[in-house]
Amino acid sequence: PSQVVPGADPSARQLCFAWGPAEVLVCETLFGHRGGSPSRGEGGPGRALLPGTLTACVAGTGEGGPSSSRLFVVRKDQDIYIQTLRKLFNESHGIFIGLQRSEEELAGKSRKAQLVQVSKNYRSVIRACMEDMHQAAILTRDPALHSQYSTQVSILSAMELIWNLCEILFVEAAAAGPLLLRLLDWVRLHVCDVDNMVHEVLSSENPSKHELFWNVVDVFVLQGRMDEARHLLSKEASANPTSVNMYKILDDLMKKMPVPSLGNTQTLTEMELKWQHWHEECQRYLQDGTFASNSHMESICKILLGDEDAILEKKDLMTTWYHFLVTRLLYSHPTVKPMELRFYAQACMDLFLGGESSPEPLDTILMAAFEFEMHQVIKECSIALSNWWFVAHLTDLLDHCKLLQSHNLYFGSNMREFLLLEYASGLFSHHSLWQLGVDYFDHCPEYGRVYLELHIERIPLNTEQKALKVLRICEQRQMHEQVRSICKIMAMKALRNNRLGSALSWSIRAKDAAFATLISDRFLKDYCESGCFSDLDLIDNLGPSMLLSDRLTFLGKYREFHRLYGEKRFSEAAKLLLMLMTAHIAPCSFWMTLLTDALPLLEQKEVIFSAEQTYELMRCLEDLTAGKSDKQKFQDDDVETMKVEMLRLALARNLARVIVKEGTLEGS
Amino acid sequence: VWDKSENGDWHCTASWKTHSGSVWRVTWAHPEFGQVLASCSFDRTAAVWEEIVGESNDKLRGQSHWVKRTTLVDSRTSVTDVKFAPKHMGLMLATCSADGVVRIYEAPDVMNLSQWSLQHEISCKLSCSCISWNPSSSRAHSPMIAVGSDDNSPNILAKVQIYEYNENTRKYAKAEALMTVTDPVHDIAFAPNLGRSFHILAVATKDVRIFTLKPVRKELTSSGGLTKFEIHIVAQFDNHNSQVWRVSWNITGTVLASSGDDGCVRLWK
Repeated sequence: PSQVVPGADPSARQLCFAWGPAEVLVCETLFGHRGGSPSRGEGGPGRALLPGTLTACVAGTGEGGPSSSRLFVVRKDQDIYIQTLRKLFNESHGIFIGLQRSEEELAGKSRKAQLVQVSKNYRSVIRACMEDMHQAAILTRDPALHSQYSTQVSILSAMELIWNLCEILFVEAAAAGPLLLRLLDWVRLHVCDVDNMVHEVLSSENPSKHELFWNVVDVFVLQGRMDEARHLLSKEASANPTSVNMYKILDDLMKKMPVPSLGNTQTLTEMELKWQHWHEECQRYLQDGTFASNSHMESICKILLGDEDAILEKKDLMTTWYHFLVTRLLYSHPTVKPMELRFYAQACMDLFLGGESSPEPLDTILMAAFEFEMHQVIKECSIALSNWWFVAHLTDLLDHCKLLQSHNLYFGSNMREFLLLEYASGLFSHHSLWQLGVDYFDHCPEYGRVYLELHIERIPLNTEQKALKVLRICEQRQMHEQVRSICKIMAMKALRNNRLGSALSWSIRAKDAAFATLISDRFLKDYCESGCFSDLDLIDNLGPSMLLSDRLTFLGKYREFHRLYGEKRFSEAAKLLLMLMTAHIAPCSFWMTLLTDALPLLEQKEVIFSAEQTYELMRCLEDLTAGKSDKQKFQDDDVETMKVEMLRLALARNLARVIVKEGTLEGS
Repeated sequence: VWDKSENGDWHCTASWKTHSGSVWRVTWAHPEFGQVLASCSFDRTAAVWEEIVGESNDKLRGQSHWVKRTTLVDSRTSVTDVKFAPKHMGLMLATCSADGVVRIYEAPDVMNLSQWSLQHEISCKLSCSCISWNPSSSRAHSPMIAVGSDDNSPNILAKVQIYEYNENTRKYAKAEALMTVTDPVHDIAFAPNLGRSFHILAVATKDVRIFTLKPVRKELTSSGGLTKFEIHIVAQFDNHNSQVWRVSWNITGTVLASSGDDGCVRLWK
């Protein structure tokens, strides 16, 4: 199916495109108009061919006149129903995880019961979502929204219908007997078109006089709701004393009808025998003409006998071929076996549709289910539904029931994994639902990890919190390369925005020594220029991460020196300062600054540097100045030479004082 | 350059004229290197750009500044494509020109985008139109580039060539040529590799074609050997019914997008 991009200029503007994380950007180009080589042809009308639910909208226009090109954003039409489906995604995620972690050791009946419960949970989530959507449809005033919601409601309803049938046939694998009862429940739950009519008649003052009275009785009979049918008939009986006899007989027949039991109170054979007798009894009454005077009651008796034509006459009350199927089975083969369903199903569908209409996608899916073609069901659903939610979860459940043989796809992963991967990939385009996607990938043994690696790197990291959240997920899974990469990206962003502290903490987290060195250099450079440090808190609390890079260690220690000095712990500060140079922690380029920092310590009233330390300092100064060539010394500006001179003087003075001090005996 | 704002709208935040000829392609570097773009043009140059975070006024007005970090002027003809290498190879890019030369440049210091050195020059003997790096970071695969040609000459030379980096000779050498592609090639793209042992390559020519390249065991006799590949065509789509200009893979390599002269963009799964 193709989607016309609205507003795309048909006159020879081609479309070019690029993939985004969640969408495709399509842009008009002027290829072929001017400046290009003649081999580039002209384009036709702007059209993008996209699967079903993608929509295109104009995203923005460039500045300027007629030569400006427009940019279109093409994305899946998720905006509307993502909101209301969020509940579905969130809650089904919980059920999914629970299923993956559930006790595999439970065998046989208890395991089956567990799986059936999971299936029921999924269905109740679908129903809850349907309710919400229905409410939203009622409350909205926008007709377009209303129709969208209503469409969604019917899609959800169809999904629940299909799931329910799959639950009966595959998960619970109902055997002959209970099978019919389940199917009856299924029909009663899903054919609601007649509910209004039923309600209308029942709530009227005199139901038996209502024009739709017999319709409602028929509905009850068709759905096997004997008690309710009998109840209504009794009202009619009391109103018509002349036909009391007829009613009594019919009532009796309906009361006596054998139904399969859920418990083990009777075997199938027993039931079949009973049913045979009952069937014959009904037959006799019909043939005797007992109901001849009342066409309604006669048709009911025919229905009880499973007369195809009689049942078909009530087509409008059944509305669907599968209702027809179940009714027919109820009154002709109540002990139908699962494997026999397919024959009856096909026949019923053909009869019901009668060549007037052709099967719709929903019909094909249900038929495939009756035929126990699980793969076909999944395939048809994948095609018919616009989002992978349904097939992914259903297939996963069926896989847990050990019903799917590994259907190897070309890249080696089986169908369950394929569908889960598709579903989870789709979640990643949402700004918060991506977190659910992570768990789904975790449970895809073959490709889950690599898909997660690819997707998680592309999550837009707009805020620090989001980045931290993503990082935590990567760290939990030992995805070291992704951690490194994300931290690097965040560090780069911070650096570009001159947030050095943030950049530093990101590079520490990434364990990126090279980058940490670079940022430390920036810090030091800033210090030299401005005379103070930024982000003191961070540097003061580096702790062991200081050791990541030499430059970083120096930065930390240098800051410590300043702190010690500020706290007037001069001798410690002095020791540290000296150590920074002698242990070669400080880069040579910084030595001058360090020596200059030593000046105030040398000028203190108290002698701080010992003789040995002073000798060391002198040696450092000489190393520094000796390293320069004569030419460089000549080019040094006055400030530099003055500094060196001052240092030499201060050092000499300190040496003098300290020799005296150390040479002096205490006390005497 | 367009930016997406908080509420999901796209705004044009920068627009500038720089090359003296049509700009053929632009490509982004990995965000690990910052906000970096490369462009190539008919004016025989390729350029590398970096976004500078400007004054806060500009931010409010929604404008950003881009600064040219380097111009690569080695080509003597129009530069038809420029692509950054996969990030695990460092900051590296490849350009290809109309005279058939593919050049690979590297910036040894990733913080200094003005220093790029020409590491390799590969002569393809056919006018080149597009290149694609193999994104696989697996150690089992050497760096690999596919080069496409739109040469119109009557020789039926294969229009797609694969070059592989040889660890021993430290050079790129031709590993394969796709003999079945004889029409001009407009775009070429390796698919992301999800741990597969083989490579997938999409080619945009008169139709959309997808090839698999399975490495065959390297011959032990040849010196450090080039890999030999088993090439199979796995798909061919002519739905565009016209020249196909661009092909591009999604992140997981499960969907291919193509655009063509019929004005359509098609998605293949």
